[in-house]
Amino acid sequence: MNVTRGFTGRPRVHNPGLPPGQYDAGDDWPVLSAEVTPDLTPADWTFRIDGLVAEPRSWDWDEAHTLPASAYEGDIHCVTSWSKFGVRFAGVSLDAFLDVVRPDASATHAVAYSHSGYTTNLPLADLTDGRAWIAWEYDGKPLPAEHGGPARLLVPHLYFWKSAKWIAGLRLLDHDEPGFWEQNGYHARGNPWEEQRYSGD
Amino acid sequence: MPTAAATAAPGSASAGPASTPPTRFAVPGRIAVSNRAAALWQTATLTEIRRETPAVSTFRFAVPCWAGHLPGQHLMLRLTAGDGYTAQRHYSLASPPDDAGHIELTLDHVEGGEVSGWFHTEARPGDEVEVRGPLSGFFAWPGDRPALLVGAGSGVVPLMSMIRHRRAAGLDVPLRLLVSARGPEELIHAAEYGAETTAVFTRRAPEGVPVGRLSAAHVAPLLAERPAGGWEAYVCGSNAFAEHASRLLVEAGQPVDRIRIERFG
Ligand SMILES: Cc1cc2nc3c(=O)[nH]c(=O)nc-3n(C[C@H](O)[C@H](O)[C@H](O)COP(=O)(O)OP(=O)(O)OC[C@H]3O[C@@H](n4cnc5c(N)ncnc54)[C@H](O)[C@@H]3O)c2cc1C
Repeated sequence: MNVTRGFTGRPRVHNPGLPPGQYDAGDDWPVLSAEVTPDLTPADWTFRIDGLVAEPRSWDWDEAHTLPASAYEGDIHCVTSWSKFGVRFAGVSLDAFLDVVRPDASATHAVAYSHSGYTTNLPLADLTDGRAWIAWEYDGKPLPAEHGGPARLLVPHLYFWKSAKWIAGLRLLDHDEPGFWEQNGYHARGNPWEEQRYSGD
Repeated sequence: MPTAAATAAPGSASAGPASTPPTRFAVPGRIAVSNRAAALWQTATLTEIRRETPAVSTFRFAVPCWAGHLPGQHLMLRLTAGDGYTAQRHYSLASPPDDAGHIELTLDHVEGGEVSGWFHTEARPGDEVEVRGPLSGFFAWPGDRPALLVGAGSGVVPLMSMIRHRRAAGLDVPLRLLVSARGPEELIHAAEYGAETTAVFTRRAPEGVPVGRLSAAHVAPLLAERPAGGWEAYVCGSNAFAEHASRLLVEAGQPVDRIRIERFG
């Protein structure tokens, strides 16, 4: 252990919900995106699932809202090392979308892509069984544009760069294919509990 | 020499691996970064502290095995307390790539800040911290294309690395900096700016210089210069500033896929 002389850190209580190397951002919700926040209204927004599925399809805002509502209440963790506790998102479980398109047995991974051109890769198993959402509400209000509104992917058990803002679609693949940050040196999976920040972790 | 290789391809969002879907807004070209360096924690020994402004200082470190970086990249820095508690934060590299075995960070003293607080009140030459990097080639500028830099507060730090690199390497590719600060005494790295820089003061300005925030009037003349191939824009600062500045650029006609943004949170 390389103790830093004179560094004690802020007074803290042990928080079992805090993954290694993370700190509690409290009420702050830092914004971290590399591109211009797109001017995207609900009327422009669409979400598509294709690739290795029986029935590729797209939903517009109203169609997506006819799917059963589903909420997430819990924590989120950003690779830049802040975590945010007890956040509330509402939208639709990704399972509801996947049920419609019926993934092939050969589908193992997905590339999520956004209306801004951002991509990120995920194992399909991280997107199913109630572990992922398309979210359009935060804390009972429409999701702000800078946080990915009108709708973002939400995969709260992975570092938050996987939760693509301004989500436009998922393409299902039979192999893993690095997305934007993953091509830029970030970890392929990004599990905060394993501290999978950068490629090689 | 930086191990990071420039393989940028503009607007390559849809031209990547075969199955990457086409998208409506193209992300700017990327620069491949060495993953090996980013995975390793290294000891950085503080060798010098230089005051920049009342709240900002530059910290110079010896990092003998530093793999090199491209201007605009950042690193992750870790402090460890006696009980094993660690705090990690990202910091942009202020120094140019060719400062062999040394790197410089320029830190704003954030009120109540855990890591910047340690640096500004405790740190002294000889102290050791840990760093890993360089990280994220997206915001990097290899010196290849005309660059329009727009920064505020400590957001000027990665942009300064670009200016220093251009000078040190004797590049003549066009480069302009628009930098915003509350007043002249808060302008970081002020002594190093030359003809490429326009300073914007939001609260207090020297005699005869207008006070006000970055506006379309600052952006328009720079966009009108239109160097061959157009500008690659780099915007850095707080999220509020990044939103404001990037919107001004888009409204002034800068293509959305040629604006790179680094938000400090
Ligand atoms: C890519 C990137 C590059 C960056 N580059 C730079 C750079 O070049 N220079 C630079 O100065 N910064 C940079 N930053 C910002 C930097 O990473 C830190 O966020 C900044 O230094 C503040 O960290 P801190 O530990 O001092 O403050 P923190 O402890 O993180 O506190 C931040 C704020 O939260 C408040 N706060 C949070 N929790 C508590 C608590 N429990 N009690 C009291 N107050 C609390 C603090 O008062 C303060 O206002 C960069 C960020 C990113 C993402």
